[in-house]
Amino acid sequence: MSVTRKDVEHIAKLAKLEFTEEEKETFTHQLNDILAYMEQLNRLDTEKVEPLSHVIELSNVFREDEVKRGLKTEEALKNAPSKNEKFFKVPKVIGDT
Amino acid sequence: MTRQLHPDFEPVIGLEVHAQLLTKSKAFCACSTRFGDEPNSNVCPVCLGMPGVLPILNRNLVEFTIKMGLATHCTIANRSIFARKNYFYPDLPKGYQISQYEEPICTGGFVEIELQDGSRKRIGITRIHMEEDAGKSIHDQGAETLVDVNRCGVPLMEIVSQPDLRSPHEAYQYLFKIKQIVTYLGICDGNMEEGSLRCDANVSVRRKGETRLGTKTELKNLNSFRFVERALEYEIHRQIDLLGHGEHVEQETLLWNADEGIAVPMRSKEEAHDYRYFPDPDLVPVVVTSDWLEEIRTTLPELPTERRDRFLRQYHLPKYDADILTTERPLADYFEEVVRALTPQNDETYKLASNWTMTDVLRVVNTEKIQIADFHISPSRLGEMINLIVDGTISSKIAKDVFEEMLRSKDSPRTIVEKKGLMQVSDEGTIERIVDEVIAKNQNQVEQFKSGKQQVFGYLVGETMKASKGKANPKLVNELLRKKLAHAEET
Repeated sequence: MSVTRKDVEHIAKLAKLEFTEEEKETFTHQLNDILAYMEQLNRLDTEKVEPLSHVIELSNVFREDEVKRGLKTEEALKNAPSKNEKFFKVPKVIGDT
Repeated sequence: MTRQLHPDFEPVIGLEVHAQLLTKSKAFCACSTRFGDEPNSNVCPVCLGMPGVLPILNRNLVEFTIKMGLATHCTIANRSIFARKNYFYPDLPKGYQISQYEEPICTGGFVEIELQDGSRKRIGITRIHMEEDAGKSIHDQGAETLVDVNRCGVPLMEIVSQPDLRSPHEAYQYLFKIKQIVTYLGICDGNMEEGSLRCDANVSVRRKGETRLGTKTELKNLNSFRFVERALEYEIHRQIDLLGHGEHVEQETLLWNADEGIAVPMRSKEEAHDYRYFPDPDLVPVVVTSDWLEEIRTTLPELPTERRDRFLRQYHLPKYDADILTTERPLADYFEEVVRALTPQNDETYKLASNWTMTDVLRVVNTEKIQIADFHISPSRLGEMINLIVDGTISSKIAKDVFEEMLRSKDSPRTIVEKKGLMQVSDEGTIERIVDEVIAKNQNQVEQFKSGKQQVFGYLVGETMKASKGKANPKLVNELLRKKLAHAEET
């Protein structure tokens, strides 16, 4: 599987990044190099190996359902580039999730 | 109901239901889940998506979801993991939603719904998984959108059905059953209007006999039970019309517009479906041991269908009564508390308890828009009042007045009856005197009755009851009046 220029543009869009034409070219090459390097792993037979989702052997780390006070509204909003007294402000979004 | 469905086509519907779980704190942090608090007041570095923070899973989110899984006959996964669902939206500060993708906690269950002909149908449940809610965007304020992160991280459970539903009515029944189960379990308040229960539908149609599925559309924004049925009807007709004219259905997402009664295509976000799920490295797997599972199983209450069936068996109530009484758990509890106070306990008194609960109690609860728990008359008091009817102390008609008085008073029904002198008169002599008076005053009607006008009898009964201020034993009034009139006829 190789990465095309179109893939790079798609990934960039998903990550909300903008690249120049040269950068797109560079990243297409670099991503392909990385994939080719990782391709070496395919030499191993992993037929009987369970996929691994976590490297640490822990399970069931829970909190009890108790409320603790978090941040004050003004603290929460402190780093926001745009805000009013109670809300974060963002550029107008149309549609809904 | 609107148009009949085209007889050559059948709809195929699957529902995705999101239920907001009634935990006190959020899914992955200790912020409060309380609804209606000041904007951005229940927030912390975790739900704000600050760098370097770690989510920690709320135990109740897991237990509540397992309860739902058990109640819907699912297989509970021994091991289950969380995944990140990636997309950018301002109400999702992390840039991803924590959800489950591969290895969800519950799979392969079903719920039973009842069809119009009374038969039962199983609706398959593909999966139930845990996830977190997003925040809230407020669009209607000037040139910018305002974001409130309070709801961000509030725990949700998503219940995905198989495409087993074949009509809007079945979809409604299914959704109603889901609501009943979550409220019986006490894990969600089931309020669709407030968004605690949300529903999306996948809809397609196909010619009858066809086994392949048609192209589906996804309907969103179905935020009331009524909308679900109406939106589905609309969309099914639209698809049938398209296919009937040789056109094809476009796979798209539609938003239901309740004001106009139409579904409009959502502006397509080009990469909307490229969520790039991957296992969340911050959250370790959930392992459900059989001990833990059994522990949770023992906390399950009797579920709505089981309870309805028991009401039929144990109290011999009509199906209609059993259905209504078990709609909500508090109502079913109320009824059974009334039953506990009854003497004697038999089919006749059970039916009386059912009638009073279904009509009189529910009437007040509905008109005053209160919860059963806040209803002024305790079930044991209502039971006592029914006992007074059964032992002949008061008539059913007087009982209505006693009930009204009980709504306002702290007194027991017996005290009310005594204070107000509402005791039923069953003394034959007393009733006979009243009957005689009524006959004497209504000679015209008596003549009419004699000449064969039977319906006058009811009028005379009414007059007698009125003369006794409603207190005469109606059965005795009937008997004595018949006797007297027959006697009058002979002379």
